[in-house]
Amino acid sequence: MRWLLLKDLQILRRSPLQAALLVIYPVLIALLVGFAISRSPSKPRVAFLNEVPQNTPFKIGSQHVDIIGTRNTLCERIECVRVHSRQQAIDEVKSGDVLGALILPSDLVSKLESLSGLNPEQATVQVIVNQEDPIKERLVDDRITSLLTQANLKIAREVARISTRYLHLIQRGGTLSLLGQPIQVLGLTSSDRILRALRPAITSSPELAALDKVIRFASLANQNLDLASPLLSSVAEPIKVDKQVISGATPPLDVFAVAVSATVTLMFVTVLLVAGSLALEREENAFSRLTRGLISRSGLLVEKVGLGMLLALVVTMLMLAGLEIFLSLHWERIGLWLVAILAGGAGFAAAGAALGAATREVRAASLLAFMVSLPIAFLSLVPSGSVSPTLFDVIKVITGLFPFKPALHAMESALDETGPSMGTALLHLAVLTVAYGGLARFALRRFSSV
Amino acid sequence: MSGRAGAGAALEARGIVKRYGRQPALRGVDFEADPGELLAVIGPNGAGKTTLLSILAGIVKADEGEVHLPRGEVGWVPQQAALYRRLTVEENLRLFARLEGHDDVEASVEQMLDQSDLADRRHDQVARLSGGNQQRINIAIGLLAQPVVLLLDEPSAGLDPRQRARLWEFVAALAAGGTTVIFSTHNIQEAERYGQRLLVIADGERLFDGGAAQLREAVQREAPEAADADFETAFVAYLHHRGH
Repeated sequence: MRWLLLKDLQILRRSPLQAALLVIYPVLIALLVGFAISRSPSKPRVAFLNEVPQNTPFKIGSQHVDIIGTRNTLCERIECVRVHSRQQAIDEVKSGDVLGALILPSDLVSKLESLSGLNPEQATVQVIVNQEDPIKERLVDDRITSLLTQANLKIAREVARISTRYLHLIQRGGTLSLLGQPIQVLGLTSSDRILRALRPAITSSPELAALDKVIRFASLANQNLDLASPLLSSVAEPIKVDKQVISGATPPLDVFAVAVSATVTLMFVTVLLVAGSLALEREENAFSRLTRGLISRSGLLVEKVGLGMLLALVVTMLMLAGLEIFLSLHWERIGLWLVAILAGGAGFAAAGAALGAATREVRAASLLAFMVSLPIAFLSLVPSGSVSPTLFDVIKVITGLFPFKPALHAMESALDETGPSMGTALLHLAVLTVAYGGLARFALRRFSSV
Repeated sequence: MSGRAGAGAALEARGIVKRYGRQPALRGVDFEADPGELLAVIGPNGAGKTTLLSILAGIVKADEGEVHLPRGEVGWVPQQAALYRRLTVEENLRLFARLEGHDDVEASVEQMLDQSDLADRRHDQVARLSGGNQQRINIAIGLLAQPVVLLLDEPSAGLDPRQRARLWEFVAALAAGGTTVIFSTHNIQEAERYGQRLLVIADGERLFDGGAAQLREAVQREAPEAADADFETAFVAYLHHRGH
């Protein structure tokens, strides 16, 4: 069997394109995934026109408020391209130099300040987008909507904070600055206390009844204004997210991305190679010669699965080593990586052998392997809840019959401790390896028919 | 048709029957082959020649009948060269010598390179060899099992006349060395020329077993109108008279 393995490796060495693909493919995948994970999304270039006169103060009540943060804050999210007129902004968008334009109109501050007055007006900002490309439009829309949501929230919080301060002043008393002059405000708490102190000195019944009414009002107002502060906070932030994890541990996104890319590499290399290698025995007419006593059909299958596992190990480790350039992988877990790669490799190799045994030519085997592997890999990545429950159950059954999903789970588990159960994944892979091995052995019965 | 004594035979086939579904491929074929004999299996397309050789080689199981090999192994050389085209001549020979379990693999490789007269092409990939040279390596690999009987399925198919001549020279040398060679062919002239004995099969039946001269006599007897024709025409007339 080892001589056949050696022969397969020699043949692989003699196929420079195939051998190069085996090396280049995982390195390319590693580079792509690495760049995608390690680089933050690039900032869209957006033309920025601020028509608000310079140094215009923005006050809510007596407080100075930073409208949507400084220009620096704004430009943390987008690459701001300063323009000086609306026409220039439109030209920049039309020419494609920028994805879109954001214009802050000159009345923005006065309208925002009106929010704390008796005639509030809604402030608007203008966004210009080139609609020739819906993806661009969506990208700019998303970024600017996100910015404005943040700004709205910030202003609402500021209004609530200032209102709460006034309420506290009325409730507890203190100093208020009016036209530069400090004014002492007594406050409801102190009023209540003073009135209660005066009560024993009043003997006249009608006056006492009136005083009791005033004391009762001061006491009730004091108690109820206590509730105003949390109420205003809830208006400033109407929906608060309370995240609760009810089941399952999810590995970090970068670990998942690495696991997916490693499993895709493992799948393509192993399934295509084993399917092609087995079909090659038929195409080269060597199968009947080999199985005439030189090696059993089962022995030949074991050799092919071994070949697949060996190359899966080399190629996947090469890919993981490539990813190390971009990410910090847990190399102390390498033992688990090897187990996951070998188990996944065995599952994919057995599936490849079944596909190879079902065909008689290398090209047909490769095409079949590709056509089967790719859609099942995609289906395996469909998350629950994104399709109807019935359809998801069907997808679960289909993907459960192919080694991609358990191999992915095994890789996730090997790469990070928060991954799914490795034991279940390995058991699943073992069952599939045996099942596909059996199918391949059955298919080989008709492999050498005259 | 002639029956032959079984004493000292290198191979004996008795009552070989094979069916593919309901279609009979062989209907009780009997024959023997002596050591060092060159036996040609001839017949029209679909006669059952390849099926017979595959059963003798042990690749296909007969539904009925037996094959005896009292003296040793059978070597099998399929019609299409069963070689790894991306490996060199030497690497192919080395691989199969190892799989055959030879003690001295390199000595066996050298022997086969000498025998096939391809020592100077040893480092060439098989894909770069001519069809004739590929067939010689194909046969050399069949010989690695050190068989007493070598089965060749249409060995000269697709070869030009010069390649055919070199091939038959090689095969004749093997037979002269004591190896029984059983080959199937479509080429009636080739069978007449190189086969010491002819086994005629049509529709899975054995029609004739004997030398070329005996077949001529049978033609004269059964199809006298073709008696003076060339061997191929006489053979076709013989088959026609036999209802095939």
